[in-house]
This record gives sequence, structure tokens and C-alpha cells, in this order.
Amino acid sequence: MDILYQNLLAFTWQDLVMILIGCLLIYLAIAKEMEPSLLLPMGFGTILVNIPFSDALVGPIKELYEAGIANELFPLLLFIGIGAMIDFGPLLSNPKLMLFGAAAQFGIFFTLCMASIFFPEIDAASIAIIGAADGPTSIAVANTLGSKYVGAITVAAYSYMALVPIIQPPVIKLLTTKKERMIRMPYEQKSVSKLTRIMFPIIITVVASAIVPQATALIGFLMFGNLIRECGVLDSLSETAQKVLANLITIFLGISVAFNMTSEQFLKFDTLLILALGLIAFIVDTAGGVLFAKLLNLFSKKKINPMIGAAGISAFPMSGRIVHKMGLEADPQNFLLMHSIGVNVSGQIASVIAGGIILNLFSK
Amino acid sequence: MNLLSLMLAATTAPTTEAAPQMFFQPVNFVTNLQYMGIGMLVIFAVIGIIILATLLINYLFSD
Repeated sequence: MDILYQNLLAFTWQDLVMILIGCLLIYLAIAKEMEPSLLLPMGFGTILVNIPFSDALVGPIKELYEAGIANELFPLLLFIGIGAMIDFGPLLSNPKLMLFGAAAQFGIFFTLCMASIFFPEIDAASIAIIGAADGPTSIAVANTLGSKYVGAITVAAYSYMALVPIIQPPVIKLLTTKKERMIRMPYEQKSVSKLTRIMFPIIITVVASAIVPQATALIGFLMFGNLIRECGVLDSLSETAQKVLANLITIFLGISVAFNMTSEQFLKFDTLLILALGLIAFIVDTAGGVLFAKLLNLFSKKKINPMIGAAGISAFPMSGRIVHKMGLEADPQNFLLMHSIGVNVSGQIASVIAGGIILNLFSK
Repeated sequence: MNLLSLMLAATTAPTTEAAPQMFFQPVNFVTNLQYMGIGMLVIFAVIGIIILATLLINYLFSD
């Protein structure tokens, strides 16, 4: 009987709070459908690692963490699946849309400056990458830089991605007039040849990696997935990458990220600060994209609906859909979907490049 | 002993336990603005080159 008491008495209030946080993540995943594929495994993993004397923490979860996250393998493998899911068609028919993807990474660098007030440089850079609005990039960058806040950064990145429909609309409305939201952008369907679709991932990989070598793995795996999709001879591999591989890695990624969700590492004032800074990153990203579009409108004859700039954050495809929906709210005949999705996929590319730039600037 | 010397004694007296240090360096915002400039410049440069390359492959390999 003594051993039972000893185990039960080993529970601290911090362990119980973390178990409640784990339950909250599971609740958000199931009841609110917030990134369920990641938040559910992460929530359950959080429960597993906060039970005193848990053999899960020192055993399988630690092993999975060492095997897949500490060496960045899981985020990179997930990128193959994401690359296979993305259709770059709308972007290829209007490549200039990529500028908005670049502008919407402003939140990363602004948050870097903000976070450096409260955190040492390496941690500030890792926190800033929450603004990439791209979970695998956030995990890979924070890990490579050796930040001790990987758990909090991952929770912030995935939570805010799920909250994009709540975060973005007020920022967009604040920065645009109804007249601007009503600007129509007719979509001219241009055919994109198969050879162009095949060449695109190869060229992106070579160009981006040549300038930012630290982004080679991130951009390379993303584009490798896309090449599998577009080559036309690997349909079954493409389907596997999109479904089986992505799902499998997401399960392992979610549960092993929980390695960093112990009460000693998570229950700190720093975690609240990281969540606040992550929110700032998403807001400034959105503002950066919208304001850049407004800037372009000052010089361009053909007006751009500034809302499409907001889709430049990487949260794909939610952000593109939100902009389309807001366009329809302003004018029921205003169809922005093709433009906003084009900008949205460019945000995916730009966020990975931004991750490489952060690594280039801060990795030892 | 006046109030000033009491306060001075309190601030200079050795403490038995080190208080947890809060990292707060507002000046870092300004010093790190250079990274904002470099980062945005590089990202626009890379994206610019990718746009040019994409326009080129669109032109060369269009149906």
C-alpha cells in the first residue's frame, strides 16, 4: 500500500495543472476542431509526461524526440507531405503574387525585435519564427537554434494557426475601408504547362538554397513533395505522401513535442510572454501583407484588393479562404479565391525562406 | 541613521539568496532592428529572383 501512497503523493500542483492543459488541448482538438491532428496527440503526450515517475517520458517519448525532433527529421518529412498537397498553379499563372508572401513575413522580424527585449537573442529568434505561421518550420528552427522553449513555441504556432479565422478579420477590417475590400480582381485563367510545373520546384530549391543555404533542407523537402505531385509518374507516392506519410508523421510529431511540455519547462511566466509575442507576430504579419498591397496600389493603375496581402501568411489554406470570404461579404460578386490562394502558397515558400534567414543570422 | 543611509544599506546589503533574474533589455529592440532590415531585404531579394525565374520558365516552357 505504501508504494501507492508514495506515487499518489508525488503529484504536485504543477503536474495537475499540466494534465489540465493536456486535457484542454484535447478539448480544443475535439470540440473546437482546432488543428486536431496535432493538438490531440500533443495534449495526450502532455498528460503522459506529467505523471510522476512516468516511464513514457524517459522511454518512448524521449526516444521519439531524439529520433525525430532533435534532429529535425519529423518536420522535414512532414514537409514532403505538405509539398505534395500544394498546387502552385495559381501562383505560376501570376508569379508577382509572391511579393505578398514576402511582405507578410514582416511579423517574424518585428517579433524578433520585440522578443529580444525579454529573451536572449537565440530564444527571441526562435519565438519570432512563430510568425512563419507554419508549425514544422517553427519546430525545426527553434530546435536547430537550441531554444529551451520549443514546447511553448509549438503550442503557440499551432494554436494561432487554428485561430487565424479569429485573428485576421479584425486586423484586415481595421486597415482597409469597405471600398478597398470591394475592389474586384478579375482572374485570367492562364494555362501552365506540365514542364513549368516540374521545373518550378527544382528552380525554387536551387535559387533559395543558393542564397540561403540554411533553408536547403526545409525548402528542398517541401519542393521534393511537390515534384512527386507534379511529375505525373508517381501518383501513388504522391497520394502516400499527402495522406499516409503526413498523418503518420503528424502523430509522432505531436506526441513527441510533448517531451518539452513538462511542468518545469512549461509553467513559467515566459510561456505567457511567448503566447503574447506569437499573437503579435500573426497580427503584424497580417498588417504587413495588407499595408504592402496598399503601398503597391499607390503606384499601380490596376488596383489590388489589399485583403489578398493578408493571405501571405503561411497558414494554408485557411488564410486564403478567409480573404475570399471577406471579399464576398463586402461584395457578393467579388471572387478573390484564386488570387488569395496564390498568395497563400507563396506565403508557404516565403515562410520557409524566412526560417532559413533566421537560421543564417543566428545559428552558431 | 537617516532614511537615505537606511535605503543605501538595504540596497547594498549582501543577500543570502540570489533573486531570479528577469531579462528585460528594451534597448535590444533598437539594436535588433538591423536584423529586421537585413531579413526583409534578403527575403524580397530571394522572392524577386524566384519571380524572375518563374516568369522565365513560364515564357520558355509555355504550351
